[in-house]
Amino acid sequence: MKASAAGLSKRIPWMLVLFLIAALIPVIGSRYYTFLATDIIIFAMFATSLNLLIGYTGLVSFGHAAYFGVGAYVCAIFMKDLGVPFLAAWLLGGVGGALFAAVFGFFCVRLTSVYFSMLTMAFAQIVWAICFKWNDVTGGEQGYPNVPMPSMAWLEWIPWIGGLRIDHKFFYLTLILAALSIAAMRRIVHSPFGRMLTSIRDNAERAQFNGINVRLYQLIVFSIAGGFAGLAGGLFGIFNRGVFPDFCYWPKSAEVLIMTILGGIHSFWGPSVGAAILILLNQYIVSYTEYWPFVLGTILLVLLFGFPGGVVGAIIDLFRRLRSAARGQR
Amino acid sequence: MMLSCRNLVKSFSGFVATNDVSLDVEKGRITAIIGPNGAGKSTLFNLITGHIKPDSGEVMLEGRNITGSPPHKVCGMGLARSFQRTNIFPMLTVYENIQSAFIAHGGKGLNMWSVSEQQFRDETAQMIEHLALQDIAYSIAGEVSHGAQKQVELGIALAGEPRMLLLDEPTAGMSAQETHESISLLDRIAKERGLTLLFTEHDMDVVFSIAHQIAVLHQGRIIATGVPEEVRRNEEVRRVYLGGGKH
Repeated sequence: MKASAAGLSKRIPWMLVLFLIAALIPVIGSRYYTFLATDIIIFAMFATSLNLLIGYTGLVSFGHAAYFGVGAYVCAIFMKDLGVPFLAAWLLGGVGGALFAAVFGFFCVRLTSVYFSMLTMAFAQIVWAICFKWNDVTGGEQGYPNVPMPSMAWLEWIPWIGGLRIDHKFFYLTLILAALSIAAMRRIVHSPFGRMLTSIRDNAERAQFNGINVRLYQLIVFSIAGGFAGLAGGLFGIFNRGVFPDFCYWPKSAEVLIMTILGGIHSFWGPSVGAAILILLNQYIVSYTEYWPFVLGTILLVLLFGFPGGVVGAIIDLFRRLRSAARGQR
Repeated sequence: MMLSCRNLVKSFSGFVATNDVSLDVEKGRITAIIGPNGAGKSTLFNLITGHIKPDSGEVMLEGRNITGSPPHKVCGMGLARSFQRTNIFPMLTVYENIQSAFIAHGGKGLNMWSVSEQQFRDETAQMIEHLALQDIAYSIAGEVSHGAQKQVELGIALAGEPRMLLLDEPTAGMSAQETHESISLLDRIAKERGLTLLFTEHDMDVVFSIAHQIAVLHQGRIIATGVPEEVRRNEEVRRVYLGGGKH
């Protein structure tokens, strides 16, 4: 019985279930919930891309926001200044994130542990400084406002969705694109390439002796993660109706790092859960008290100490314990 | 000749760890390197496998000069290695450890589209059986016994179908029983696969029971090489190493 239950839980396409539940949010909730859900979905994608590095390859990047920011600027500039259609601009944003990550990563993967982390942060600060000063292209300190909404005429063809408000439509667009991106990342971590990444995380020396060019693999995954961060950034720039230098600033890197660790780095869905928790906590605490950073900090401290494997790690652990307890009783 | 080292020299800030070492290993033979702690055994291994570069001298693998080639290249040329400190992927299962090695050696490492679980299933299952690891195949490798971890490590090394295997203290930390089992396993595998084996070992019984050739390292120098009987009789070896207990 137990085995068949476990088999069944594996056979359920969880991604599809999650997608359908998310798709219902605009139907049952208010505009506010749709707004929050869009925010969460974009950050879930961003945090999942960071976890390709942290959880799967063992590379702790302190500067992942750089690629998020690059993607946001590239997508916005192509759409507004150059009149490129959204989908092409969005993909170019991803390419931009990946290219920057490839160039910076070339230097970063030559270092290990904390030196790697510091260098990723240094590069991110360079990107931030350029975005902050380069008035002609990025709008500098003032940011790059009024990013146009994509034309979502094709959504008109879908019954019911066609008649929705623009922000609800953008929610569905985000949901579809983020789901495709997350599915692609999931495919990657379960591929032979993904297995090589986990072997590098576990023991880089041994992996090297299996004939794996460790630095090359690290550089490739660093670029892929940068690419997906760029795609998330492109969506966020539109959602936010403007792109600002603080998209690349270090607190943004810290934010996505906290989401990832809070949710749990050893599970694929951990970072998404972490994104949801952090965004919801932020919203609700802000509405209750002006001392919200203090309350948020305390909650995070408790969560991180209480669940060192992250929230999802703790839940998986609990299920395992329950199962072995049930087995013990029989 | 499978492997030849010629006049290898390596020093670390003035300390000469490897001093003019020349060593020939014939195809299909089992060669042991013995020597007291700090004699330079691990350094010699690291020089052979490209972890460190020699100050001078050459390493030839089947007639090709591999001096200073990085480890991932050397291993592509048919040389595999195990380490003194057990060196596996501790968070993956035993099965995944060995499967990873097959994926890597099979050149599938950059494939981002297939499903890793479906790669090299038969080969992996065969290797698991070969090493008698079936019972713990789905356990986390970092949590199985020390002896089993050494077997896993051997499985990872063998997955690359090497022609030559370098083993650094293969029985370190094992009980007498485990030592005996793993040595007979090594002996059997080497014969079955026609492997050339080069290993370092501190247990003299092990060395004299399976080695065809023994090289004795002392203070970075090779002081004797030959068949076990010759080495056992060598005066200098007896003095520095085998000589009745303390030296």
